[in-house]
Amino acid sequence: MATLTIDVEEKKKIEQEALITGAEAIAIACKLANVDVVTAYPIRPYDTVMQYISQLVADGEMDCEYIVAEGEHSQFEIVKHASVCGARVFCGSSGVGWMYAMEALTVSPALRVPMVCMVGNRALDDPGAFGVEHNDALAVRDLGWMLTWVDSAQEALDTALIAYRVAEDRRIFVPLAISCDGAFLTHSQALVQIPTAQQVKKFLPPYNRGDLLLHPDNVISVAPQVNEDWVTEIRRQNYKVTEVACDVIREVYADFEKTFGRKYGNPFFEEYMTEDADVVLLGMGTLSTPVRVAIRKMREAGKKVGFVRLRWFRPFAGPEIAKCLSRFKAIGVIDRDFSFGSPDLSGVVATEVRSAMYSSSPTRPPVIGFIGGLGGREVTVPDVETTTDIVFQAAKGKVQPLTQWIGLRG
Amino acid sequence: MGQLFAVEVIYRGVFQKTLAKNITRDIVLAAHNEGKLGISFGRYGDAPERNGIPAKSFAIVANDEQTLEAGMAQYEPKQVDVTVVLDDTLCKGVESWAWYGLHPVHKALKPGHTLIVVSMEDAPTLLKNIHRREQPYKLGILKGEASFSGMWVYKDDHTDVRVLGAIAKALPGVFGFQSVEKFINEKLKSPAKVASARTDFDRFTTVDVKAGQGNPEELFKFTLPAWDHMRLGASVKGQPQGGPYKDPTTKEVGGFRPVRNELFKKYSTRTERPVVNFSTCTKCTLCWLNCPDASFDVTPEGTYDANLEACCGCGVCEDVCPVKDCVTMVSESEFQGNDSQYAAFKKDKDAYLKWLETTIQTAPSRKERSNGFRYRGQYQEQIPAALEIAKKG
Repeated sequence: MATLTIDVEEKKKIEQEALITGAEAIAIACKLANVDVVTAYPIRPYDTVMQYISQLVADGEMDCEYIVAEGEHSQFEIVKHASVCGARVFCGSSGVGWMYAMEALTVSPALRVPMVCMVGNRALDDPGAFGVEHNDALAVRDLGWMLTWVDSAQEALDTALIAYRVAEDRRIFVPLAISCDGAFLTHSQALVQIPTAQQVKKFLPPYNRGDLLLHPDNVISVAPQVNEDWVTEIRRQNYKVTEVACDVIREVYADFEKTFGRKYGNPFFEEYMTEDADVVLLGMGTLSTPVRVAIRKMREAGKKVGFVRLRWFRPFAGPEIAKCLSRFKAIGVIDRDFSFGSPDLSGVVATEVRSAMYSSSPTRPPVIGFIGGLGGREVTVPDVETTTDIVFQAAKGKVQPLTQWIGLRG
Repeated sequence: MGQLFAVEVIYRGVFQKTLAKNITRDIVLAAHNEGKLGISFGRYGDAPERNGIPAKSFAIVANDEQTLEAGMAQYEPKQVDVTVVLDDTLCKGVESWAWYGLHPVHKALKPGHTLIVVSMEDAPTLLKNIHRREQPYKLGILKGEASFSGMWVYKDDHTDVRVLGAIAKALPGVFGFQSVEKFINEKLKSPAKVASARTDFDRFTTVDVKAGQGNPEELFKFTLPAWDHMRLGASVKGQPQGGPYKDPTTKEVGGFRPVRNELFKKYSTRTERPVVNFSTCTKCTLCWLNCPDASFDVTPEGTYDANLEACCGCGVCEDVCPVKDCVTMVSESEFQGNDSQYAAFKKDKDAYLKWLETTIQTAPSRKERSNGFRYRGQYQEQIPAALEIAKKG
């Protein structure tokens, strides 16, 4: 045991910059957040997180209840109960595993459970596929979950810390999922700055469930059966969360910046080369990599194009996003998801952006939806260039189909 | 835009997963000692948790963030500066679990760049398997047996640092040997490993492979259909059942051969293949019944011929065969091509049996017939020999 202690102490000292995957970054954030209960059930790409956490536990670096459940439904039920009993919890899944937990996912917001989860985005079966698609996490978009997308291992680590602070804020108290694109983020090792335990302690107070704690000293009964005379009011309580969520997120990011010195600017979306842009593309997750590369290339050819990467999908900062996008002549939204039969047959994000623009944009520039990168297919730099050309056509007033598929065979 | 370096490591699933991951990680960390940035990742479409499946791991390194990002803006590097092959039986090509067809090991290698193979063979022998290509390249051999371990155990026989040493020589732009040394001293903390890396750095040499030199086999080509030409419902058309076929010598029709998918064949997935003695076979049917891939053809004589375009080399047939030396798993390095053994047997029985006798002698004993971890203490027994080879070269 003595040797083990020395190794752990040494590791603590050198843990400042590490070459780690997005999944490993989330696992390290769980360690830093001193999570009490972790539940696991393997499904790619989420499973890398559970492997890393179990390794941290086995190496004596992290102390938590690590429970391997018999399926995803139990996995999310266990953390739900543990959270109500006052434990800081972590959970996660991917694709159809996330869907298998669906009943447990739907009940958590109303019970005001601040569980933090990682969704390793994966295409929904069938056909069986490992690759990234965003429809898995998006399945809970209307249910009271908070949803955020990250695009680097560093952002994954930081956002996991931010997530606990946001979710466990008494004004919020709802589950929160951090989406990490399968492969591009979960399985790719990059250099990450790891904050110290002291910094995290300063930033993240202990989880305090107050009068909602399920404990013999605080006798309460949770989740009774009710009739129509109660449900509307309970829904209104969750609605209130969405009214204040943007303010809480803003506060937490400001405090994060103060504590750790890393700046994320506007928490809800990140703008890239938009200052003088005529048109912009918009998307979520690691799509940002080929898009930024393509934009630099197109800028060299004199095309004024920028990119808006959406970080928070729930809450959807509608007025703020609409205000930002109104500066441009046309917008191209790249969806790594689909919403079959939706208005204009677009993807989820394009539909939401149009909705936000209708109510809050004075100029209402055209919004062209693009569906691509499904099932883990890469969105290539040439794909992005083609997409941008179409958006430029729309900016010139040439009518374009409102939804187009990119990178499609045939 | 600064300079971008990409290295790919081709390895066998499970047995070399940790090794490949370590090597690509170490490349990034060694380059980071020179202020470079990098990422490392495994090819996501691969399933490296499957025994022996050919798979790839990558390291991308650049001097600045924008160049690195340009390298990251694709699913995997289309062009690499160095390709490392950790098991020489993979020289037959890379056949990923997520089947993209059989690809030559140097498919992504830039013209004139270096292919490093861990092998005990010489270049002419390896080039019998490595496919020819239009652009010349360099072939360097890192003398050693393929380092195989298990998913959860790691055989630390210095293959990782030896590869780093060779890369420092083959691609000095990515990092110099000093950076390798610094990385090993700081992270691996092993003077012995520094010595192994240095030995390979000092003696690593390559031979020039000319355009058109190598295995002339024409690789199977196919195109993927457009979305509106595909079957609906994520369905795949089944194959007809099959039936009797013509004996290659007597032309007599008999036996049974299932119709197999012409588009889905097995090549380098195997590390071993079954060699069948048709003269001692008792026609008991056990190999045929137990083969998980229905890869045995029933010959017109009622014996069983392993069809090597269907066999994944699992060795179940050898395990269930009740007759001594009737089915023997032999290393793929002994073979070229997928020709029928039964056809060879029918053509010249005596010659076939003689070939069989010498071929199965190359097979290790049944007890050792595994690429993975078999028993405690196994690596303590194996590592000294590997280090001896590392020292002598």
